[in-house]
Amino acid sequence: MTLPQLFFAYFAVSITGLSLLVVTRKNPVHGVLWMLVLFVHIAMLYLFLNAEFLAAIQIIIYAGAILVLFLFVVMLLNLRVEETERRFQWSWPVGLVAAGGYAVSLIFILVKITVFPQPGHYTIEKMQTEGNLMIIGKVLYTKYLLPFEITSLILLVAIIGAVVLTKKKQE
Amino acid sequence: MDTAILIFKIVMVVSVVLLHVAYVVYFERKVIGHMQARLGPMRVGWHGLLQPIADFIKLFFKEDIIPFSADKPIFFIAPVIGVIAALGSFAVIPLWDGFIIADINIGILFILALSSVGAYSIILAGWASNSKYSFLGGLRSSAQVISYEIAMGLSIVGVIMQSGSASLSDIVNAQADGPFIFTQFIGFFVFLMSALAETNRVPFDMPEAETELVAGYATEYSGMRFGLFFMAEYAGMFVMSSLAAICFFGGWRGPDFWIFSHVPGIFWFLLKVYAVIFFYFWIRATLPRYRYDQLMSLGWKLFIPLALANIVITALWKLL
Amino acid sequence: MSHLRSMILISPELLLVLTALSLLLLDFLVRRKGTLAVAGAAGIFISAYVNYRLIKVGMTGGTIQGMFAFDGYANFFKLIFYTTLLLTILLSVKYLAIEKISAGEYYSLLIFSTVGMMIMAAATDLLMLYLGLELMALSTYILAGIVRGDRRSNEAALKYFFLGAFSSAFLLYGITLVYGLTGSTNLREIASALHSLKLAESPITMLSLIFFITAFGFKIALAPFHMWAPDVYEGAPTPVTAFMSAGPKAAGFAVMGRVLFDVFGGLQMQWSIILEPLAILTIAVGSIIALSQTNIKRMLAYSSIAHAGYALIGIVIGTPEGFVSTMNYLMIYMIMNMGAFGVVIMLKREGFSGENLEDYAGLAKRHPVASALMLVFMFSLTGIPPTAGFIGKFYIFMEAVYAGHIYLVIIAALFSAVSAFFYLRVVMYMYMKEPAGDISLSTSKTAGIALAFAVIMVLVIGVFPSLLLNFARNSFFG
Repeated sequence: MTLPQLFFAYFAVSITGLSLLVVTRKNPVHGVLWMLVLFVHIAMLYLFLNAEFLAAIQIIIYAGAILVLFLFVVMLLNLRVEETERRFQWSWPVGLVAAGGYAVSLIFILVKITVFPQPGHYTIEKMQTEGNLMIIGKVLYTKYLLPFEITSLILLVAIIGAVVLTKKKQE
Repeated sequence: MDTAILIFKIVMVVSVVLLHVAYVVYFERKVIGHMQARLGPMRVGWHGLLQPIADFIKLFFKEDIIPFSADKPIFFIAPVIGVIAALGSFAVIPLWDGFIIADINIGILFILALSSVGAYSIILAGWASNSKYSFLGGLRSSAQVISYEIAMGLSIVGVIMQSGSASLSDIVNAQADGPFIFTQFIGFFVFLMSALAETNRVPFDMPEAETELVAGYATEYSGMRFGLFFMAEYAGMFVMSSLAAICFFGGWRGPDFWIFSHVPGIFWFLLKVYAVIFFYFWIRATLPRYRYDQLMSLGWKLFIPLALANIVITALWKLL
Repeated sequence: MSHLRSMILISPELLLVLTALSLLLLDFLVRRKGTLAVAGAAGIFISAYVNYRLIKVGMTGGTIQGMFAFDGYANFFKLIFYTTLLLTILLSVKYLAIEKISAGEYYSLLIFSTVGMMIMAAATDLLMLYLGLELMALSTYILAGIVRGDRRSNEAALKYFFLGAFSSAFLLYGITLVYGLTGSTNLREIASALHSLKLAESPITMLSLIFFITAFGFKIALAPFHMWAPDVYEGAPTPVTAFMSAGPKAAGFAVMGRVLFDVFGGLQMQWSIILEPLAILTIAVGSIIALSQTNIKRMLAYSSIAHAGYALIGIVIGTPEGFVSTMNYLMIYMIMNMGAFGVVIMLKREGFSGENLEDYAGLAKRHPVASALMLVFMFSLTGIPPTAGFIGKFYIFMEAVYAGHIYLVIIAALFSAVSAFFYLRVVMYMYMKEPAGDISLSTSKTAGIALAFAVIMVLVIGVFPSLLLNFARNSFFG
């Protein structure tokens, strides 16, 4: 096993393990914290792929903003009472069977198939010379300008929604 | 061999920074003391120069009290996260020309990422202590830090646009013709204010507001754990001041004439950093604390629009 | 491709976005909220007219960087979306006043949702498809929950949101698998890569096909994925329900048709096999459960599920002609369904929902015109000639028979007969029962225009079916 493979193996195993930890913790705050560790690992995986911009954004947006809001909500709700109720727990065997079935079928398929790796436009050398940030900026604002602008519409709708659903009633 | 040099660099930076952090506290007490017509620490050593060391020894040997109902693992981890996040940022800060531990091309984003991780230390400390004051402090801080992080990130975008790079060394090099403060003054203003909020300094020190929340998230901490929070806060302030010095004042660059061109870069850098830090102390000695809703509306309704306007202006200016 | 040309190709969407944004601003300035509806309708008309001019000057066939196509297929669906949007706005005016919904946000969200649908119909890139879908879906989640004080509305919004997010995850799984195989998100490039790399038979392709069908199945409420529909349709404000049952459903079919025919064209046998039982199940579930409903919105929700099943038959048979009949069906369903919901909306008053079947008792005695309209729409939904509903079903069944799916047609026709029971029960209540109390209608001019348009279209299409069918055929092939 080469060093990159070893790194990848570590991340693959630990990301899977951490995801399991996230969903199995009884205390939701602990679950969210494991998710934080998970996000940091995912960011590392991006770094490993020479996508340092994505790594930074993963931490800033997901770990720094979204997860903090998660934590905020979880702390305010104080879910400790509800976790004992049966109606939140009966469905886990169904989920287990579904997820297990999916995993098994995916493994079977992956074993059978040979993927043809096609070198993409942006090779590692190009990324290193030009810089990930520069490349992403150029691609986003030229080739993918239209999807990028639509994303801004989606965010606008989310803002309108937040305002509509929370503003005080005007009488 | 490279690794050895790297490790030497890291050890050097960390120890020098920690020393600075210790003396920033001393500096603060002195400055505020004189501003309030007092002398500040005078007893330990000449003009109290050994005071930080005495403080450190006191904190280190104090009894470590852990609340009975605290969530222990998180209680232990919280201050460590803060210190790591604050000290980690120094990895990408160029202290003088060519001296930087890791010259990555997303330096600014790295610092922003670490500062957002640093927010966890406060929230978690607040939650894990299992005390009202701590919890309120933690919640206040999470909302505050998220809000001001947006303004801070946006305020630096103008700098990135002007220099064409997010690497801190490139930003300093782009200021060869003159520091960005002249063109990015709106960005600088927003950055400075957001940095105050981000490091929980007066007038935005809601998370620890002594008069309402005892000591906020740090209420239940004692001894060295409290010391770590203290250290993280001042290291964070140092990071933010360094960022201000690099992004707006040209980092290690000094005036390039007469005798000044022979002064080493680190001198200019520290001069700028301490000027910003002095400004922080000055504000602390001058202004009262904001109310929480005022703080929020200030962030969302003034700083973020200002930063956005700054981006638009910079873009137009670049275009012409 | 110059930027100007791209801007021109997407100008109908841009005009709609502009309309939505100005409505948000107008909301501050205008006191009379009816003005907003007029302004919105004007903006929509301008956008539709620009779209029409673009077709006339021969812009059809243009694309923006291979992501966004301005073709006949997209334009046919855009016509459905424009009509849905206009009818919804016309039907909403009175309802908004009764429920005290803030008009500016409401109309602009409707328009944003429509922009999302138009992007979906025009998308030739999976990225655009996904973004259009999210834009559409996010707006409708909010619209479903826009009556904040109503618990059912809250429930509708939450359920719709969770299941919508779930289905988006399926879509993204499908997209990642295809992207991993072919290295592209462009529909045409994916199709050619699947062909040239001989990946069409690969199990991963099959898996992603299943993911795509699941995701689209959620959006158009196919049988195993329909659970959200009745609760959401019942809880959402009625005009929004009308909008959701017509627009997003047609948009779901639009992307489904585009993806299945353009990307997985070589796997037609496979997807027919997957979709066939789904179609039967959908029709059966929709028709049978609708029998026991006493809430008319819930009944129409199940009816909408059943109709999705009928429309799916056109895709199951896998021929282009089959899909033309689906397009034809979607247009007809949109018009008659909007009409039926229009009557339901009129029964809504301050403090009176007018959603129960009993509320219709003896309606014909007090309000003969409204009852007659409801009669036409119910006949049309059942599929009784000479209404448009009959034409829609007829062409679908005919294409299915041509393609050799005779037993499918028999089953569908049987359930169609079953459905007559619950549609005609409404008619029975209106005409054969004595009125229980005094029922007054919340009529308005705008709603009158919308209903008149709907009933005229239902009858015109019913009598001259070839107009619409030829239009659909030209759009698909031309």
